Amino acid sequence: MKKYARAIMVIAALTLGLLFVFPMWKITLLAPQYPTGISIEIFVNNITGDISNFNIMNHYVGMKTITVKGFPELAYMQYIVLAMMALGVVIGLFGKKSHFWIWVVFMIAFGTVGLYDFYIWEYNYGHTLDPAAAIKVPGMAYQPPFIGRKEILNFIAYSFPALGGYAVGISISLAGFAALIKRK
Amino acid sequence: MKYINKMKSVLTLIVIALIVAGISSCGQQAKDTDAFRKGALSSDVASRVYVAPGEYDEFYAFVSGGFSGQLAVYGLPSGRLLRVIPVFSVDPEKAYGFSEETKPMLETSFGFQPWDDAHHPELSQTDGNTDGRWCFINGNNTPRVARIDLTTFETAEIIEIPNSGGNHSSPFTTENTEYVVAGTRFSVPYPQQDVAINTYADKFKGMLSFIKVNPESGLMNIEFQVLLPAFDYDLAHSGKGKSHGWTFFTSYNTEKASTLLEVGASQNDKDFIAAINWKKAEEYLAQGKGHDVPANYKHNVYDEATHMATSNQMNTVKVLLPEECPGLVYFLPTPKSPHGIDVDPTGEYIVGNGKLSADLTVHSFTNMIAAIDNKEYDTIIEGIPVLKFEKVLAGTVKAAGLGPLHTEFDGRGNGYTSFFISSEIVKWKVGTWEVLDRVSTYYSIGHLMIPGGDSKNPQGKYMVAMNKITKDRYLPTGPEVTQSAQLFDITGDKMELLLDFPTIGEPHYAQGISADRIVSKSKKIYKLEENNHPYVAKSEDATKVVREGKDVHVYMTMIRSHFSPDNIEGIKVGDKVYFHVTNLEQDYDVPHGFSVMGFENAEILVMPGQTETITWVPSRVGVYPFYCTDFCSALHQEMQGYIRVSAANSTTELKWSLGE
Ligand SMILES: [Cu+2]
Repeated sequence: MKKYARAIMVIAALTLGLLFVFPMWKITLLAPQYPTGISIEIFVNNITGDISNFNIMNHYVGMKTITVKGFPELAYMQYIVLAMMALGVVIGLFGKKSHFWIWVVFMIAFGTVGLYDFYIWEYNYGHTLDPAAAIKVPGMAYQPPFIGRKEILNFIAYSFPALGGYAVGISISLAGFAALIKRK
Repeated sequence: MKYINKMKSVLTLIVIALIVAGISSCGQQAKDTDAFRKGALSSDVASRVYVAPGEYDEFYAFVSGGFSGQLAVYGLPSGRLLRVIPVFSVDPEKAYGFSEETKPMLETSFGFQPWDDAHHPELSQTDGNTDGRWCFINGNNTPRVARIDLTTFETAEIIEIPNSGGNHSSPFTTENTEYVVAGTRFSVPYPQQDVAINTYADKFKGMLSFIKVNPESGLMNIEFQVLLPAFDYDLAHSGKGKSHGWTFFTSYNTEKASTLLEVGASQNDKDFIAAINWKKAEEYLAQGKGHDVPANYKHNVYDEATHMATSNQMNTVKVLLPEECPGLVYFLPTPKSPHGIDVDPTGEYIVGNGKLSADLTVHSFTNMIAAIDNKEYDTIIEGIPVLKFEKVLAGTVKAAGLGPLHTEFDGRGNGYTSFFISSEIVKWKVGTWEVLDRVSTYYSIGHLMIPGGDSKNPQGKYMVAMNKITKDRYLPTGPEVTQSAQLFDITGDKMELLLDFPTIGEPHYAQGISADRIVSKSKKIYKLEENNHPYVAKSEDATKVVREGKDVHVYMTMIRSHFSPDNIEGIKVGDKVYFHVTNLEQDYDVPHGFSVMGFENAEILVMPGQTETITWVPSRVGVYPFYCTDFCSALHQEMQGYIRVSAANSTTELKWSLGE
């Protein structure tokens, strides 16, 4: 088993590549007039889905327009991922056990910062409302759930990691496992 | 005295007997009336036509709007009206015939026709089965055929039929939609000219047209016409299976009367079914037998990419003459002014519904081919052999009812024939010709429809009767009452009445199709990036107002919940203002409307991703509101704007804005 540690580490690093294929996170709004829901999908470098319908629905209460440009993270996050992949492969091939652990810690740190950043965005998105909005509900904020399900006025909002998000978790777990079994 | 007493008691008895008889006959009449009104309705039928809220109907029914000129779409079994598709008549609700984009659809060689009489919807077929791609329908008054695209439920094309006097025996597809047909109901001078009407027998002709349908695009063109004697050509159906390659047209007025036809055209014992071998016609065309005849007709096509129709002038048509093309046409004698002509699912039996007869005449395709091979002719009329009646006859459904009009099939070996005069439907067995069941209709049925009932594989669960008279069936609405259809369950031995439902215009004929053959193909929006309208504005940044002399083009957009621009100034009295309005929405079921106060025009109702144009020639100065006519959003009432009209000689600067 121990001889596979390097291979597992390389696989762990390459798993991050799934971030370029699958979204990290998905937010869905459900309402009687949207029986099949409208969704946006957040990729490491892009946002796709029913963005225009999200914006049309949300502009009545003064929420900001979602645009790709509105997320500076999307411009550089992909390079961090690429760098971590390269680093992971190099460590997998040539690194020591301690390097393995360092990679794992880095990944956990980046993941935590990323999630915190996402939470802050959600908070601002839900709380920064145009004072000239057509519909104002006193005391109401529209922050989507960080993770899970939440009722917001006539909508039910769902927020969950998507395949890319799970890939990060799998990558960290694999790397951790590789570090554990690695000889010194 | 004794006698007098006896007389008294006898008289009393007689009086009592009369009263009793009177009461009981009154009672019987009331019972009969009640039975007439309700039919044999079993108690639990409601649940069998009930489609729960949010659930879908099992079938689409496309029902002709008759003198409304339109095509109505219903769900079955609920009988709920889903949509009215404008085809041959203007529709201010949808700006059909009012918007610049759709006006060309109603152009004819006579000019703009705001109305027609739409009779027979016909679904496209592949291998003899309805395929859910297109629905064709004929315009009877100014002869035309329209094609409706079933991804959008919009009229995509209308072609005018030259050398025709009224397009009734139409469109009736062949089994792979190679052709739809158009036979003239009224013969007219050929070529059209100024002649005395009593020269009918010499100068008039009847023309049958074959319209080729492009298998990919659906685009139609008149491939050829066949010149026939001056009869009235009533209905048609094409062969299928073994009879594929032939199309059959009924005729009446083989007497060639040109006045008081109700007598003059009802004298002959037998009229004719014209059997046209269109595969033979293709051979003759390839041999150059078609005459290029000058003609004057329009071909109007709607382009989904530009959201615009164009009307094209056509100047020639190919005509085949039966004298020059042996084997192209045969006449099958058929009793008493046959109306419908229907081919059973196997393609073997050809049913002539002799509308002034009590019997139903069924010809055999096999017999017909044998009679042709053996030259079993009665006579030859204008180059067309008349086959011997006894040689082509397969059988007769005897004393089935009075006034048979039209027959469809259930795919289980049964035919169902409507009888106008006796107001009933008769079910009979194909092959043995025995009558199996009969049921009354309310009242005076014309055509009937079973989904796929004129195809190779009928979906024989329900049958719809289309009635000509309604009288007391619904709450009265003054002298003009609704038209009506009735739904029957035909899965059992007995036909069972389930439901009455009102229809628009006059329902002449209908087509039904399993919903799953259409639902998945139904378009939800038009993609904005695919919009090639020359005046599209794909974003609010692209909106503008451009003056070209007296023409002013407004490039406007609409999105929840505003127009851009919504303030326009610098328009002058006498200008022609073109509002080119693009709906920027890309979401299902978010149309916006547009109308201007006093603009002598119809609203436009713009679907997501679409551009439509409506014009206005302002006649007086002032500031006029415009607004969204379709309740689109929470701020729909705020979706409005103003347009300022200045005097013709004013110097008001042209400007436009939103939110300034
Ligand atoms: Cu609107």
